[in-house]
Amino acid sequence: MKRVVNLYRTSIGKKIIMAISGFVFVAFVIVHMLGNLKIFYPAHEGVYKIDVYGEFLRTVGYPVFARGQVLWIFRITLIGLALFHIWSAIVTWLMSRSARPIKYKVVEPVASTLASRTMRIGGVVIAVFIIFHMLNLTTGDIFPGGQFEHGAVHDNMLANFSVWWVTAFYVIAMLFLGLHLYHGVWSAFQTLGVSNPKYNSWRRGLAWFVAILVTAGNIAIPLAILMGKVH
Amino acid sequence: MDLKLKIWRQKGPEDKGGFVTYEVKDVHPDQSFLEMLDDLNVRLIHEGEDPIAFDHDCREGICGMCSLVLNGRPHGPWDETTTCQLHMRAYKDGDTITIEPFRAKAFPVVKDLVVDRSAMDRVLQAGGYISVATGNPQDANTIPVSKDDAERAMDASACIGCGACIASCPNASAMLFVAAKVSHLALLPQGQPERMIRVDKMVAQMDAEGFGACTNHTECEAVCPKGISIDFIAMLNREITRSKLSGVS
Repeated sequence: MKRVVNLYRTSIGKKIIMAISGFVFVAFVIVHMLGNLKIFYPAHEGVYKIDVYGEFLRTVGYPVFARGQVLWIFRITLIGLALFHIWSAIVTWLMSRSARPIKYKVVEPVASTLASRTMRIGGVVIAVFIIFHMLNLTTGDIFPGGQFEHGAVHDNMLANFSVWWVTAFYVIAMLFLGLHLYHGVWSAFQTLGVSNPKYNSWRRGLAWFVAILVTAGNIAIPLAILMGKVH
Repeated sequence: MDLKLKIWRQKGPEDKGGFVTYEVKDVHPDQSFLEMLDDLNVRLIHEGEDPIAFDHDCREGICGMCSLVLNGRPHGPWDETTTCQLHMRAYKDGDTITIEPFRAKAFPVVKDLVVDRSAMDRVLQAGGYISVATGNPQDANTIPVSKDDAERAMDASACIGCGACIASCPNASAMLFVAAKVSHLALLPQGQPERMIRVDKMVAQMDAEGFGACTNHTECEAVCPKGISIDFIAMLNREITRSKLSGVS
């Protein structure tokens, strides 16, 4: 443990923590997106597949775990990793900010991308989004679409995304997530030392794939609901 | 060709500094960028002005002494070319060129376009060497090095330590420089005994010098006059992880 802490003390160690937690988030957002696509299944005998899925997330692990325990283990792990991810980002950002007190008058980006240059602002947008998203569709504390009902995933989503500005906010946040994922996936491999001319083009491809998959899947849901395509 | 130069002038480390615009006429396309500045300096001296201070030494692209950020890009527009090897045919009549010093907290301006790059020397002094007992040199072939490792070590050791990577980095990070220096010794047999402790000391010194933290923009690789690959940054990341987790440091 002391060795890990020693590694974390270096600037590179903080990036390694960001990369590892980032990969966990990548796995999470892919699974989360795939699970949410169940909203597109029509009701079968009055039961929505996404409601069954929501119930499954609460009962998974039974009888070893009590109802909701596994879900809470996942939530606590993800929130904990997010705090590490954000803390490391803030510390390294402060390092970089103080590393060039006098800015250039002219800057010509040669190799950096829109995605790489929006990592920090995108991270802030995503953090704000996550807090809103949890208050919106996990707890229901902020629910402009009417009355939130715990467990009624399908009805909640339909009511929520019928509000245009909620959908707009989700779509904008997902575009930032896409940019963050595109640079993040590629960058995390680099940080973890996985870089070799033999497969570096494959890393770019994977970053594109993950970014487009997650963004497209997540944007499709609120947009389809707003346009009345989901019943 | 005639050019307009916006040059950063700063009397000394404590001076605030600012841009001064100079018009230069009849610049020959076959002149190097530094020769063009030499001509301007001759004129300034004749006019009784203080000539523009800029770093240079070998003027053949191998010493790493010349610097300058030209229109937002260290060493100017040509790939894998130092400022001294940049020729004026890169520009056309009527162009405006903004000339700035390498900017970083770790690179304080000494005068005009000259910056103090000792921070890089201190990173090297922290571990960028091998310790050997003195005596006669060993016979060249007694230590076998694989072709592959020899090539990669040569690629890393091509770093001339100019600091363009740091100057170009939006974070003012020194990762490419440190990566090149760590990697070229880590790839060779002579570098093995101090491999773990070397990377540890050099990364600690890098952080202590006030460089920023790499976010993989890859600007460094794009402007490096020696084309050092960011694959070496990945290698540095592996090296420091191994060093720290092995508990050597």
